Amino acid sequence: MMAEKMLVQGNEAVGWGALSGGCDAFFGYPITPQNEITDWFAREFPERGKVFVQSQSETGSINMLCGGAAVGFRVITSTSSPGWGLMQEGLSQIVATELPCVVVMVQRGGPGAGSIRHAQMDYTCVTRGGGPGGYNNIVLAPSSVQENHDFVALAFHLADKYRNPVVVLTDGLIGQMVESLEIRSFDFEPLPEKEWALRGRDEQKDKVRRFLHNAPGILPMPLYPNYISFLKHLEEKYHKMAEIEVRYEAYHVEDADLVLVAYGYPSRSCKRAVRMARDEGLKVGLIRPITLWPFPHQAIKNKAIAGSIFLVVEDSQGQMVEDVRIASENRGAVHFLGMWARHLPTDGGMIMPGIVLKEIRRLLS
Amino acid sequence: MSATETKQKVVGKPALAGFPFPSCPGCQHPVVGRMVFEVVEELGLGGKTIVVIGVGCHGGPMFFANIDAILAPHGRAPDIATAAKRLRPDALVFTVQGDGDCVAIGAGPFIGALTRGEKFTTIMCNNTNYGTTGGQLAPTTVMGQVTSTTPKGRSSELGGYPIHTAELAATFRGTAYSARGALTTGAWYQRTKKFIRTAFEKQINKVGFSFVEVISACPPNWHLTPVECLEWIDEVAVKEFPLGEFKNLGEIT
Repeated sequence: MMAEKMLVQGNEAVGWGALSGGCDAFFGYPITPQNEITDWFAREFPERGKVFVQSQSETGSINMLCGGAAVGFRVITSTSSPGWGLMQEGLSQIVATELPCVVVMVQRGGPGAGSIRHAQMDYTCVTRGGGPGGYNNIVLAPSSVQENHDFVALAFHLADKYRNPVVVLTDGLIGQMVESLEIRSFDFEPLPEKEWALRGRDEQKDKVRRFLHNAPGILPMPLYPNYISFLKHLEEKYHKMAEIEVRYEAYHVEDADLVLVAYGYPSRSCKRAVRMARDEGLKVGLIRPITLWPFPHQAIKNKAIAGSIFLVVEDSQGQMVEDVRIASENRGAVHFLGMWARHLPTDGGMIMPGIVLKEIRRLLS
Repeated sequence: MSATETKQKVVGKPALAGFPFPSCPGCQHPVVGRMVFEVVEELGLGGKTIVVIGVGCHGGPMFFANIDAILAPHGRAPDIATAAKRLRPDALVFTVQGDGDCVAIGAGPFIGALTRGEKFTTIMCNNTNYGTTGGQLAPTTVMGQVTSTTPKGRSSELGGYPIHTAELAATFRGTAYSARGALTTGAWYQRTKKFIRTAFEKQINKVGFSFVEVISACPPNWHLTPVECLEWIDEVAVKEFPLGEFKNLGEIT
């Protein structure tokens, strides 16, 4: 069968990805630059018999997500940076209650209300959980319209697999750009039924009530006799994710003396810069983390051991660069090209291939 | 009805009530819980019910009850109930909240649910203070009432005036039912229980949002004996918060 292909905007691809991922409900609050996502679900979900609710705030969205997940459905919300801030209490609660959900975060500039254009200034708060309590979410970083679709579908699978939120971290540029999209279906590994979900006792197979607690073990429970046993359980889950869910793209990395590290839209500038540098005979490659958490530490470390140096390109004041420094374990020099290298000093400025190439030349000369 | 059955009905524990959650002597929250369990049992819906538990003492009776339950973050129960009811429209979904949970920290979610005319039920225990954290000013604290954050009594300069939640809920077009009850006498127990039953029936009939506020004694934080609490409710609280039904619609047009 021919796969359906269409020309769509990155934000709308999130909606199509949710459909491919078997999503049942969307809860969201308008915020630029992700409004096309909210609009897409408002338009497409009710007519498919699925649930769309425009919440009263982002705290509303995230807690509706908690409710929808608790009763056993695949649920999604989307927001941008200030809204992400508002969601942290709820997200922390969802983690503690071990509920699966997908949060699409279309980054804009900050701090504060900031800009309504693209940026990558929320890497640290997104990859470190975000709310109180010390926890982790898998963070997927698309760099194209197609990946917005594919990663949202994947996110639903991973969320259910671990009973944990998954964040799809994109930005205003990926959200607003228009590219060709192929609607795909995915054969993810089968997952067990959600026997833990609230349905009303009669609907449970064993007819036993379910109690979704946000601090299991504080009141002794059969599964968690005390609080530490529950925290250890969460920790084991994070170790498992870190062990098997790391994803990244390696582009001309094999023989590279200099490895660029970039995610999201700057990774596209970097790919072009790699090709331009290769034309000049410079041995340059790119490691593009796809999971920002768990971070591809080993791939970076291997190149550091092999003697490569690194140039981290991110549209921020320098956040992912810290992870690359940790991963390189002080073996190879880690350089940084950040938002000061934008082609314009305005909120619309971008990191272009040319300036990346210039920095490559400087570092390899 | 046999003598044992009668005894069970009068002094026994409703079948849905689980292990009793500890509460202070004279606290009326467990009585509200008992009333809810009795109504759900009478409606025969124990196996089709989902309760969203707010943060505060009012939630205790629901912890071990034999119905599906989830704990909400402070004030967020209406958001969770919104999604639960929309995705499982055939379940009986209700929130149990305190006055601080419902109309202070949770005012946004509560007003949001009212505005959207969500078809779940909220049972709000009003003990005119923050019981769990040691008796601070609540939006429902009556004028002059001493709390740990109004040591000289609530004054309008510092704390404004009490909020009337049942009356407020009734003003929303999507609200099918709103009432306020109390537990000071046997008669008021029966009336309040009927309010809760009517509220659940509005949900079952998919009419609209339904709300019941129950004035609930808090002896340690009111610094009164349990009996004095009942007198204070009659003499002071009920003057600020009149009892009765504020809205009862068969259909929203």
